[in-house]
Amino acid sequence: MTTDWSIVLDFLPQLLAGAKVTLIIALLGIAGGSVLGVVAGLMRAFGGTLLNGIAFAYVEVIRGTPIVVQVMFLYFALPVLAGLRIDPMGAAILAIVLNAGAYIAEIVRGAVLSINKGLTEAGLAMGLPYWKVLLHIVGPLAFRRLIPPLGNQFIVSLKDTSLFIVIGVGELTRTGQEIMSANFRAVEIWTAVAVLYLLMTGSLTLLLRVMEKRMRIL
Amino acid sequence: MSIIQFKRTFKHFGDLAVLDGVDLTIEEGEVVVLIGPSGSGKSTLLRCINGLERITGGDLIVDGLSVAGGPRQLRQIRQEAGMVFQQFNLFPQLTALDNVAFGPRRVRGASKAEAEVQALDLLAKVGLRDKAHSFPSALSGGQQQRVAIARALAIKPKVMLFDEPTSALDPELKQEVLNVMRGLAEEGMTMVVVTHEMAFAKQVGTRLIFMEHGHIAVDGDPREVIDTPPNERMKDFLRHVE
Repeated sequence: MTTDWSIVLDFLPQLLAGAKVTLIIALLGIAGGSVLGVVAGLMRAFGGTLLNGIAFAYVEVIRGTPIVVQVMFLYFALPVLAGLRIDPMGAAILAIVLNAGAYIAEIVRGAVLSINKGLTEAGLAMGLPYWKVLLHIVGPLAFRRLIPPLGNQFIVSLKDTSLFIVIGVGELTRTGQEIMSANFRAVEIWTAVAVLYLLMTGSLTLLLRVMEKRMRIL
Repeated sequence: MSIIQFKRTFKHFGDLAVLDGVDLTIEEGEVVVLIGPSGSGKSTLLRCINGLERITGGDLIVDGLSVAGGPRQLRQIRQEAGMVFQQFNLFPQLTALDNVAFGPRRVRGASKAEAEVQALDLLAKVGLRDKAHSFPSALSGGQQQRVAIARALAIKPKVMLFDEPTSALDPELKQEVLNVMRGLAEEGMTMVVVTHEMAFAKQVGTRLIFMEHGHIAVDGDPREVIDTPPNERMKDFLRHVE
């Protein structure tokens, strides 16, 4: 069988639609995961026994199980357990939120705790309340240290969306799979799929580079 | 008027009494130099004054308020007690000017313009007006410590606490910091200084306290007690310092 790259053009609208679904899952998932991760990370770093314990359990459960199992659980087990029916798209987004949140929690905790205690003391010694020290001193410094590992996590989460093929979400990988099973153009289609992923992760990398450059990492 | 009063003050770390029932009254305008071997409790005593270490027994009154009070009261005390740290602890993401303007803006609620005018004055006072827009990483240790002094002064404290302010500095940089401190003392600022600089203690200090095992072992005029230590262990200690 010879390769015929022109067929990629025929299927491009379909592939782009898949890429759009991938992007929507990834962006919403990452946004939610970031919020959840910051909250859980701060609970880990500053919470008392109870808050720290809750966040710790969450992080351990998520980190200790595969994301495919997590999304299967959300999509197939949750309706049975709680009578809660989620559509595939909702399950996919929720899976990324929960999964990215756990990893981001550890990133946030690490970044916050890496900030020199002396700076916190300097802020407190001026008569600032602790939350203002976190907001104005520790936060901005930790944020700079967050960017590189956070970028890494964003890329991982974007690629993790391909695993949702198992619950039938029409994202990019699933779209490629469907086209493939109809015409068996493996080389052309999987190359096109890979290139589309690279374009998405590449843009993300570029965006993070710009952010890193504009902010001095201290 | 007394500004700091330790009343049988205790500080325990676990079972260890780092401050073992300290009684000490410091009057306004005094320059108290605290010396003593490592682990004698001198830094802890200093850090109890602004509540960075919480006392575990007795009482400690600063400017009429007990450090054992609630968070609001503690913040009030901290605004009257500026602190200078051994490691400077300047905020690395802020310029010298912004470091000094930070307290007035965030603690006192001053406007940006108002805080910056005052910050420039304070930087001029420590001889660093021309470094206003430098980041701490671009300053020498001595310059960083002078910015840190300006930053502590910016909240207009009644007393300044110095925790080994020259210990992290190369010998040739110590003097510029000590000179700024001398200037402050001459203006009548109440100061409590943990240091190993005996020359500074003699020239600038109005009172010298030698601490040992969480107690005040010697309390007297710096020149007298340094030249003729009334205590064998203090004599020993001074031999090691000088």
